[in-house]
Amino acid sequence: MSSVTLQDVRFVEPEGTRNYITHDYGALSWLLTKDHKRIAILYLFSITALFMLGGFFAVVMRIELLTPEGDLLTSDTYNKFFTLHGIVMIFFFLIPSIPAVLGNFLLPLMLGAKDLAFPKINLLSWYLYMIAAVLGLYIIITGGVDTGWTFYTPFSTQYSNTHVFGVTFAAFIVGFSSILTGLNFLVTIHRMRAPGLTWFRLPLFVWAMYATSIVQLLATPVLAITLVMLMFERVVHVGIFDPALGGDPLLFQHMFWFYSHPAVYIMILPAMGVASEVVAAFTRKKIFGYAFVAYSSLAIAFLGFLVWAHHMFVAGISVYSAMIFSFLSYFVAVPSAIKVFNWTATLYRASVALMTPMLYILGFIGLFTIGGVTGLFLAAIGLDVHVTDTYFVVAHFHYIMVGGAVMAYMAGLHYWWPKITGRMYPEWWARLAALLIFAGFNLTFFPQFILGYLGMPRRYHAYAPEFQVLNVMSTAGASVLAVGYALPLVYLIWSLWYGRKAGPNPWGAVGLEWATSSPPPMENFHETPVVTWDAYDYPAMMKAMGDTQNV
Amino acid sequence: MSDIPLDGTAPVTHEEHAHHPFLQHHFEDLGQQHEASTLGMWMFLSTEILFFGGVLCAYWVYRILYPEAWAIGAEQQNKLYGGLNTIVLIISSLTMALAVRNAQLGKRKGTVAMLFATLVFGSTFMAVKGIEYWQHYHEGLFPGVHFTWNEIPALAPKVQLFMVFYWGMTGLHALHMVIGAGLLIWMMTRAWRGHFGPEYYGPVEIMGLYWHFVDIVWIFLFPFLYLIHGVHHV
Repeated sequence: MSSVTLQDVRFVEPEGTRNYITHDYGALSWLLTKDHKRIAILYLFSITALFMLGGFFAVVMRIELLTPEGDLLTSDTYNKFFTLHGIVMIFFFLIPSIPAVLGNFLLPLMLGAKDLAFPKINLLSWYLYMIAAVLGLYIIITGGVDTGWTFYTPFSTQYSNTHVFGVTFAAFIVGFSSILTGLNFLVTIHRMRAPGLTWFRLPLFVWAMYATSIVQLLATPVLAITLVMLMFERVVHVGIFDPALGGDPLLFQHMFWFYSHPAVYIMILPAMGVASEVVAAFTRKKIFGYAFVAYSSLAIAFLGFLVWAHHMFVAGISVYSAMIFSFLSYFVAVPSAIKVFNWTATLYRASVALMTPMLYILGFIGLFTIGGVTGLFLAAIGLDVHVTDTYFVVAHFHYIMVGGAVMAYMAGLHYWWPKITGRMYPEWWARLAALLIFAGFNLTFFPQFILGYLGMPRRYHAYAPEFQVLNVMSTAGASVLAVGYALPLVYLIWSLWYGRKAGPNPWGAVGLEWATSSPPPMENFHETPVVTWDAYDYPAMMKAMGDTQNV
Repeated sequence: MSDIPLDGTAPVTHEEHAHHPFLQHHFEDLGQQHEASTLGMWMFLSTEILFFGGVLCAYWVYRILYPEAWAIGAEQQNKLYGGLNTIVLIISSLTMALAVRNAQLGKRKGTVAMLFATLVFGSTFMAVKGIEYWQHYHEGLFPGVHFTWNEIPALAPKVQLFMVFYWGMTGLHALHMVIGAGLLIWMMTRAWRGHFGPEYYGPVEIMGLYWHFVDIVWIFLFPFLYLIHGVHHV
């Protein structure tokens, strides 16, 4: 053999060597760690706790909506619940989820590096997250906030008597956590790649994280300054966004969505990265159209900055700017469709191993497509006017956020669980949970498309009686979904002690992260790898295995 | 490429600089560390551009909506103090650049002296800014309940809006100056201890990038907030 392939490279440590978990003991060794893998674990615990909190608000809301009357929560409490559900899930779960947990853990491993470029800043970003989370929890305990997660002015600055200042300050802080993560990833991808690991040998997960990080870096500061202006207006009682004092509330919406629309791509781009990894691993094929999938991540990140005003079609923007933003919004469908078609083409005539991560990703591809296509409905101005602020919108973005981002997060968590913990999760239970989540999700949110189309408005605790059947279906689905999410919590913890030992590469996957031990040692690789192969080099591996069998 | 072992691992090398005291363990060499830190600062500055860009965008929207109030607002500013501060800050950028050069050449005392000079100019800027703030406060030009300016009642809310941007943008800029002063003091102590030389001067250079950025922000703020008078006479 003249050329070295990944199969010839092994950095597996002998049995009993210390790994990143057993390297040091004690709480301080975790709280002061600079190791990217340990920080990923800190994030895993934190976002799981916040996910359960956000889920709690959702469950109570779904129970309230079982009956047309507002009988469980007062309308004021309901306002607080949907606000807190949104804030917790978006700022404290979805945005950090895949980047801060899986990205933190995997990026240096995939790049053949010892750590991220700035380990201390990485730890700082977790502390910023925790400070914001604790502040958020304090606010929830002391009365909450009722503006909706969008903090629209002038309600948030002049009228709401809830904790607007505190919660926007928490969002401001957690924004810097996100910026620092993105900055760290970008520098790491640019400067820390192993020798020979050229841009077009990078796993597509790395490309996705790169595109995500650009959005985090460039969009989040605009939210930060917008929230600073909001806080200033609320504290000093001036009218930056108050029409009574010469301000313009539409300007707030423009600036808010300039961040918050790209933020959708902060949530979905990493999910697409996970999908590429999992599809390749469980079809044993190169991703069809690798370069197109890579570039489409950058295209989504770029186009994501140009479409924000499609959230404002009924807010009073001019018809001409609405037309332009509608037109531009359609463009996002192109790179998104490129990804879906390339995954499908990879699956075509492959022998697909239907392990749990693959089940989640099959669900992801379908649900993301539904979410994306209904997004095009909403980009059409005429239809958008009809369904604005109805459950159609709620269903659409939950198909992207939950059906897309959360499904892919679950896929990634299962796919890399053996790498993170060294143990296999129980496959049968995991498949059951994946199916429950898929079924529960569709039962929860598909009826909401119909409800919205029929005209049921969102953000009310009571509704017209003719909507009850579909709402009962939705609540029933939410119960299934809750069971589906509770199962992994149980069996993943169980697997830490009783799971089968995974070994370095339980999936027979290619990729540098699988060339080291599970769990990896503190330094990731005892020597710096030199990469001479392309990403997803499964054909070469299959050929090598065939050769061995022939011998 | 014959020195690459067939198992795919990197050739074992022991370069002279491999054990430099300030080489962090996860970098291969000082060059990689320097490039990573520099790129990190540039990326941080790009977030800063978007951060200041957001408030500048809002400023422009209202400047276009209320040109008269904006001109009156700018007339309330002390152009002498503003101009003086602009000169002071540009000189501080020169001394900062000289500090980087001294660090690169390994001139310990020169580095400390130039960093100290930068600190002196930065503090002068802050002192002048403080006088301006004090005067504005007593002129009733702090927005909110303290805002008493009422020469043209119809325009008073809009002039107040101008002053919101004045205080907000110069305040954010001043906050960055204070952070910069803290970084200068840190760099001075490190330079005094002889940490920097031709091999390792990255922190001073990166600190310099930050300082120049804060300087450039002021170069935009000065004309936008002090020099836009005259439009309302048209």
